Amino acid sequence: MTAENQLVPEKAELGGKRLGMVVEGSLSMGLKVRLDRSTFVEDMSVGRYVTIRGQKDYFLGMVTGIELGAADDRLASSPLDAADPFIVEAVAGSATYGLLHVMPQVKLGRRAIDLTEGAKPVKTVPAHFSAVWESSQRDIELVFGKEDERRFYLGTPLDMETQVCLDLVELTKRSNGVFGKSGTGKTFLTRLLLIGILQKGAAVNLVFDMHSEYGWEGRSETNYKVKGLKQLFPSKTAILTLDEESTRRRKVSPDGVVKIGYGEIEPEDIELLRQTLNLTEPSVQAVYQFSREFGRDGWLSGLLARRTEEETAELLARLNVHESTYRNLLRGMERLRRLPFLVDEASHLPVQRIMEYLDRGVNVVLEFGRVTSPESYILVANMLTRRIHEQYVERTEMALGEGRQPPRPLVITLEEAHRFLSHEVAEQTIFGRIAREMRKYNVTLLVIDQRPSGIDEEVMSQLGTKITCLLDNERDIDSVLTGVAGKSELKGVLARLESKQQALIFGHAVPVPVVIRTREYGSADSYRGLGVAHGADAKRRSGEDAREVWEG
Amino acid sequence: MTGAIAEPSRVGEVVEASTASFVAQCYELHQPPPLGSLVRTRAGSIMIYAIVFNARTGSIEPGRRPIARGQEEEEEGDIFKSNPQITKLLRTDFEAVVVGYRDELLHQYLPPAPGHIHSFVHICEKKEVEEFSGRLDFLDIILESKILLGVDELVGASLRYASGAHADPRAFLVEAGRALASSLGGDLHRLNSLLKRLK
Ligand SMILES: Nc1ncnc2c1ncn2[C@@H]1O[C@H](COP(=O)(O)OP(=O)(O)OP(=O)(O)O)[C@@H](O)[C@H]1O
Ligand SMILES: [Mg+2]
Repeated sequence: MTAENQLVPEKAELGGKRLGMVVEGSLSMGLKVRLDRSTFVEDMSVGRYVTIRGQKDYFLGMVTGIELGAADDRLASSPLDAADPFIVEAVAGSATYGLLHVMPQVKLGRRAIDLTEGAKPVKTVPAHFSAVWESSQRDIELVFGKEDERRFYLGTPLDMETQVCLDLVELTKRSNGVFGKSGTGKTFLTRLLLIGILQKGAAVNLVFDMHSEYGWEGRSETNYKVKGLKQLFPSKTAILTLDEESTRRRKVSPDGVVKIGYGEIEPEDIELLRQTLNLTEPSVQAVYQFSREFGRDGWLSGLLARRTEEETAELLARLNVHESTYRNLLRGMERLRRLPFLVDEASHLPVQRIMEYLDRGVNVVLEFGRVTSPESYILVANMLTRRIHEQYVERTEMALGEGRQPPRPLVITLEEAHRFLSHEVAEQTIFGRIAREMRKYNVTLLVIDQRPSGIDEEVMSQLGTKITCLLDNERDIDSVLTGVAGKSELKGVLARLESKQQALIFGHAVPVPVVIRTREYGSADSYRGLGVAHGADAKRRSGEDAREVWEG
Repeated sequence: MTGAIAEPSRVGEVVEASTASFVAQCYELHQPPPLGSLVRTRAGSIMIYAIVFNARTGSIEPGRRPIARGQEEEEEGDIFKSNPQITKLLRTDFEAVVVGYRDELLHQYLPPAPGHIHSFVHICEKKEVEEFSGRLDFLDIILESKILLGVDELVGASLRYASGAHADPRAFLVEAGRALASSLGGDLHRLNSLLKRLK
């Protein structure tokens, strides 16, 4: 037997303790594991990992269900003296016992050589009586790797201290989603992802920060402050704001203030706002007529210009627009006009400025301050993204033609994503398009939402990796899990996550679905961990920023 | 209740032997080993272990029953003083169910051959009880034995007795309870009543 074929010594993997043994199983339905009597059933939790030591191979599996079993099915009409602790102690584990349902997810080799090859898909089931153990650190590392220049430590598996790492380079190759009902930890998790993407240099971020919580200080529910990107990585982050006053009041000095000129608003932007502004279909069509009349950058000023009644009547007649349609459109546009960041000038949009930041690898956070109305959020995010995407398309195509370096990969983070990606609008919005075209032009989305069922099915199916905190609405759970292998088992797992700081991750960037307890964020320790927990090179690139903040 | 382990001693001789059990006559009238205690007897090169049940005292001649003699006496003990011959007319026997044997090793299954008539029977010493009851396979032999006395009574008695040989009697009984639960898990009613006898 060569060294490579030698079995890994049992001792090296004794990370934990034996939990039980396999008593039943099938590839499609998973395994039933009878718990040893030394394993207390209440210590088990759905979503945790176990390692099944088959005779030839080891398997990593997720606990997807827990059950109580009894050798005598008359237990329900119990003749057992359950008040007697002696009797209860004696029968636990034999006459009565706990059962785990386990979904084997990957095969881990047992031989030394397998360790270098990593995990393989499961094509069989472990034999009867295979022992089931707590997974060891080695098992988890074999599957998720260690933190390195691509992988970022995002959390720990349930009931374990080992790190689950996410390959962020792989992650950002597609659009991804962070889901979970309100208050489950989406924003905290996203902060970590953004930091990871920044530290690993996987992409540059553009964040539409609707609630002003990513750039500078955010608050936790218990009201302690947590740091934003700019505080941790000042030279790698630019904060732009739509509401300078609010930003300054929070003692943040923005790197720029965003104003939007009337001329910047294009008919396509209005289409997206149809529902929000209560526009009728003919009104949206009328926008195109006005734009033919006054030009693409003059139509809004033209529409809103003062006119006498006769002039109006004459204009409407010429454009063949109905009076009621006109009123409807005007009402909607008046609402836009009240947006504080809109100015009656042709051009103001800081697209060039943002592009310069992104080109230099500086992450851009756009704060909305107090202007959190849906119309402003939709309008601004959509307008900016459309134009930035245009530039990316142009540059990627040029780069292709001229054999040059394509632009830096860009991740656009979008809270309340269903506003841009609902079934009704996903077809038309730039966001729907980005989600569908994957990384063709080096732009992907990180969508964050508490009601994933509000997002277009096709877009959902395009998301490469989904990270989902607790969801309790059946439709939301279904929409997140559509098309996933082992859906019904994962459903049980998802519905039983803790209400905070736990997430189920599955898809492209992880070899197997995994439940994590999200890494702590917000304590001094957590910043320190983020500052030093990466390779020497990466440390030089971004760690200095972090050190300034928590040492200074 | 968990009893103390009886003093090791030679208590009698085998007077009837079969593979699964034997009958021994006690040397002392009214002094059988306790119910459930572990005894041993030699059969050639092997040592047979058995658990005591069903002790009885009666006339040495089958069919002749002792007659009452105490009408004129003050105390029960005086009967024996006045009639010293009756201790010779009475005998105490006990039965023991064979639960294992030792050749080089200790086995908890039936020996290849039964015990020998007139072999001495000893009460095992504490260390032997502890060693023997360190494994619980013998419980299944008792559970399946065809003895007249209630089998479950004997299981309970033997375990209570053996528990006295262990440093932590309760832990021993819990362990034994678990062994019973895995043998009798399909019959919770019986298990429950058996477990109650272990305390
Ligand atoms: N990784 C974490 N580290 C520390 N605290 C956390 C973490 N994740 C969640 N929390 C706690 O949970 C609370 C809610 O988290 P968060 O604000 O991220 O929820 P959310 O899903 O974004 O909610 P909403 O939908 O309302 O925006 C936080 O205020 C914090 O107290
Ligand atoms: Mg949030």
